[in-house]
Amino acid sequence: MSTTLSDKQPPAARKQAAPAARPLARRHTRKRLAPGRPVPYGWALGALLLLGLWAAGSATGLIDARSLPAPWTIAVAAGDLIEDGRLQSNLATSAQRALLGLVIGVAGGLLFAMVSGLSRVGEALIDGPVQIKRAIPSLALIPLLILWFGIGETMKVVTIALGVFVPIYIHTHNGLRGIDNRYAELAETVRLSRPQFVRHVVLPGALPGFLLGMRFAVTAAWLALVVVEQVNATSGIGYMMELARTYGQIDIILVGLVVYGLLGLFSDALVRLVERRTLTWRRTLGD
Amino acid sequence: MATHTGGLTGTEDRGTAGGQGTIEDGGTDRAATVRIGNLVRSFGVRRILDGLDLTIAPGEFVALLGRSGSGKSTLLRALARLDHDVAGSGELAAPDNLSVVFQDARLLPWKRVLDNVVLGLTGPDAEQRGRAALAEVGLEGRERAWPIELSGGEQQRVSLARSLVRDPELLLADEPFGALDALTRIRMHVLLRRLCERHRPAVLLVTHDVDEAIVLADRVVVLEQGRIAADLPVELPAPRRHGSSEYAALRDRLLAQLGVDLAEDGGQA
Repeated sequence: MSTTLSDKQPPAARKQAAPAARPLARRHTRKRLAPGRPVPYGWALGALLLLGLWAAGSATGLIDARSLPAPWTIAVAAGDLIEDGRLQSNLATSAQRALLGLVIGVAGGLLFAMVSGLSRVGEALIDGPVQIKRAIPSLALIPLLILWFGIGETMKVVTIALGVFVPIYIHTHNGLRGIDNRYAELAETVRLSRPQFVRHVVLPGALPGFLLGMRFAVTAAWLALVVVEQVNATSGIGYMMELARTYGQIDIILVGLVVYGLLGLFSDALVRLVERRTLTWRRTLGD
Repeated sequence: MATHTGGLTGTEDRGTAGGQGTIEDGGTDRAATVRIGNLVRSFGVRRILDGLDLTIAPGEFVALLGRSGSGKSTLLRALARLDHDVAGSGELAAPDNLSVVFQDARLLPWKRVLDNVVLGLTGPDAEQRGRAALAEVGLEGRERAWPIELSGGEQQRVSLARSLVRDPELLLADEPFGALDALTRIRMHVLLRRLCERHRPAVLLVTHDVDEAIVLADRVVVLEQGRIAADLPVELPAPRRHGSSEYAALRDRLLAQLGVDLAEDGGQA
């Protein structure tokens, strides 16, 4: 009806009708405030762009090879290091340190979180000291740890373990305390023993918190590793980089940085994979 | 005798109802599954239960009605021994082998349906019994589902299965169907009635729904200001439907006891 009417209207009247129609049209193109749909492979775009700029800068000579060698130079350096076996052996040493520190730190953090989360006495004794420890960066403890443990492997592993301990404790404890009290009531009515309660209610209930702590923990482990290997070491990726600095081999330093970056990326992806696998019950709700 | 007067005459067929003498306090009335005498429970200065007496026979289905704040849940929690920090006194004898159905299904979200049912059960046949219990509540084939994948009514049926698989002497239910829609609730009534006839636990059902109480129970008890204000047997023939004059009379009486004036409310509870 309205269209036939307006069609027959004189041009002047039609002009008047136009502004009235505009709000309707505008509604369809209203600007979205939220970010909207994700860009496909968006996570890789930024990094690839950066790599492209770097390559372009190196090829055109805009980037001085003495301060930042070209990507292909670094690839060649990495190839050489792999060929003579130095990269593998240093990587193995580094990974072993990180893993050992991680295992000890996770075990300790988990144990303390359980004791502190499940008993009021435990909380009174443990939580305060851990919060104090949290305020002191693990890396600031290195001078003290060197005096206590020397400059050998023990010091390195202890430093890494201390860095891992804190996030595991904080997040597991938080997850534990967040378990609904109604589940504890249920456990009482089905007469679970304390070990059964821990196994069926406490541990699965605290798992999301623990895994979040785990993501922080792996990052903390690599971070602590970098520092301890550059402070005093005779092997490992950090030592390899430190040695390269002495000889001015900037390409090897960059290989080390790339390896650290990849290690962090892969370990985080691994924890997230475990998260997706073990939290299926929640995933059906979430996505 | 009609099937569900069994509870009222339950003292006679105690042998089949599993009265293994697990009543904590021998006392004078050894036949009773639950014996409560002069029970007092208070929160601060408020006395929620104030000298309450109640006895439940083996296999008897008792519905506990009361306005909100009358102490229904407090009584149930006292029986379930969940009132850890509540001050109180009095005599309370209930079997150890009791089971609770909460208003929320209270399934552990990280355990699959079958694992929720057999939670805490031991023995090689636990899983088999769990499957049988699930089949009984009509959830055969959903053993591997996560609780989040079930509807509200299905979750509550899992919770029923979790209670029944333990063969409780006493089943405590705290408004178990309160959160369900009307149609699902009717189906659950039929299911609960059937399961109780088969397993014969003594039941204490806390509800605020007068019709639910009449349809399900052998005896309806009204709680008021922390004491039993009325204790009425339900002697209606098996398919209890609205409309019969006995039903209406009992309903009116219970509603009046709960302080609902039918003349003003136009017959709606």
